[in-house]
Amino acid sequence: MAFFEIENLHVYYGFIHALKGISLTVEEGEIVTLIGANGAGKTTTLRTISGLLRPQEGDVRFNGESLLRYRPHEIVKMGIIHVPEGRRVFARMTVQENLEMGAYVREDKDGIAQDLKRVFKLFPRLEERRSQLAGTLSGGEQQMLAIGRALMSRPRVLLMDEPSMGLAPVLVEEIFDTIKELNETQNLTILLVEQNAHMALQIAHRGYVLETGTITIQGSAQELAQNPEVQKAYLGM
Amino acid sequence: MLERIRVRLRHLSGTDIALWLISVVLVVLIVVGSYRSLTSGRYTVRQWLDFVIFGLAQGGVYALIALGYTMVYGVLQMINFAHSEVFMSGPFTAYFVANALDKAGYFDSHPIISLGIVFIVAMTVSMVVAVVLEMLAYRPLRGSPRLVPLITAIGASFFLQYTFRGLYGSGVKAYPDIAMLHGTWHIAGLNIQKTLVVVFIAAIFLLVALYTFVQKTKVGMGIRSVAEDQQAAALMGVDVDRMISMTFAVGGAGAGAAGVLYALIFKQVHFFMGFVPGIKAFTAAVLGGIGNIPGAMLGGLFLGVFESLGPSLFLEGLGVPASYQLKDAIAFTMLVLVLIFRPTGILGERIAKRA
Repeated sequence: MAFFEIENLHVYYGFIHALKGISLTVEEGEIVTLIGANGAGKTTTLRTISGLLRPQEGDVRFNGESLLRYRPHEIVKMGIIHVPEGRRVFARMTVQENLEMGAYVREDKDGIAQDLKRVFKLFPRLEERRSQLAGTLSGGEQQMLAIGRALMSRPRVLLMDEPSMGLAPVLVEEIFDTIKELNETQNLTILLVEQNAHMALQIAHRGYVLETGTITIQGSAQELAQNPEVQKAYLGM
Repeated sequence: MLERIRVRLRHLSGTDIALWLISVVLVVLIVVGSYRSLTSGRYTVRQWLDFVIFGLAQGGVYALIALGYTMVYGVLQMINFAHSEVFMSGPFTAYFVANALDKAGYFDSHPIISLGIVFIVAMTVSMVVAVVLEMLAYRPLRGSPRLVPLITAIGASFFLQYTFRGLYGSGVKAYPDIAMLHGTWHIAGLNIQKTLVVVFIAAIFLLVALYTFVQKTKVGMGIRSVAEDQQAAALMGVDVDRMISMTFAVGGAGAGAAGVLYALIFKQVHFFMGFVPGIKAFTAAVLGGIGNIPGAMLGGLFLGVFESLGPSLFLEGLGVPASYQLKDAIAFTMLVLVLIFRPTGILGERIAKRA
């Protein structure tokens, strides 16, 4: 039994068959990346895991238990946190309120206060701006906030959708370093969806390539990075 | 500079010019009317202040109702046109309690406790009606085009009106007269009706309480997160359906309390009582910027004062006969004007940015 697994998942958007039976596994403490072009179904996969979309067929299991009968907020309570594409921070709330939103499912006030300190330590820039409205932050700061917000829930599995999107290369590197650090120091399990395959394969342990709703290639990050097809299509070599 | 003006003028359409002329004419009429009323000396300063005080009390009621419109719009982007019946259902039901208390003589012996009971009954009934309305009439339509729940809301509004009419008849029912609220208080050199003072203070107190609830509590934070981004809220573990119910509950409680205050001013209830204040509160919500809670509160107070002063201030000055009967026309003219000239409302800029 895998820590987290997807089995033969089929998802439709109206008449569009967006996912055509994909299967993948993520073991505890792993970073697994899902790479692929725009429209390949990467975001659809994550949205199905977090309960925003219902599959027609197949299963999503966490510790052997199917997630399909749970609603999104219940899945969050189980420790599976989705950092959505485009950050989606609450623009009209302050930075601190956004982080408190991340801890919405928790009741332990002391633990929340501790985690708030931890997030501020990880992203000192957020502490400087804690009472600022999140809508006034720069793109990179919003991405930090989105990650910090997800960490506030003490996740067991982090689903990250395009954390590099729209960020300057320096910032992308900073964000990926943070992701790697979280994985190494806290043994956090991460499923990372990325168009930036180059960066993703640098920090991931394993990877899957998704093409129009099917998984075409899979293997360790090194294998993928050396695979000629991957190099040609996703690494621009 | 001159060149730029010329360019802009060339791009003006006929509608732009017509709208501009209308606004100029309106401003001129208001200024001229007000000037003539003020210089004619028909009303003393004290009488003008009376208008303002009455307007503030009534505006407080509008503000409380408007809160429900604006919060529901915030989470569902829909105008709950049945909100005026949510407003009616509470005080209408509480009337029977009030009447019983009055007959038992309890209203005279313990006026404050009795009034408290009436408030609690009205707020609870309105809250339940609002929450059930959402669950039965709106929830199944989530995800359908925006026009569909809007039409349903109008249907629900009629349904509620005629249910109450069927159950309790179409007659006007007089709310018990509360001896404690008779007469006036002498405040800052003015004799002010006790009822108006109590209504205004109660309205402000409730507005502050409900606003604090939305800003400071965990449920309030959940409601705000759903209003901003339903999916992101769900991904933070917020139960979106529950927060939508809570929104209707808060709005319903506000409307129920507003209904009792309204009944204290006008001393009566009937099945159709929600219609006019409902639409006026909607006007207030639009005026303040729909979706914006402080905006709805300010809009309500402003509308109350504006429609209370308006007839005597500028209509009479223009020689309009029986101007006080045009009170409602002023409020609705304002709705049309806001929608034409500033659809985002006074405090509505943040919403425009969001889109």
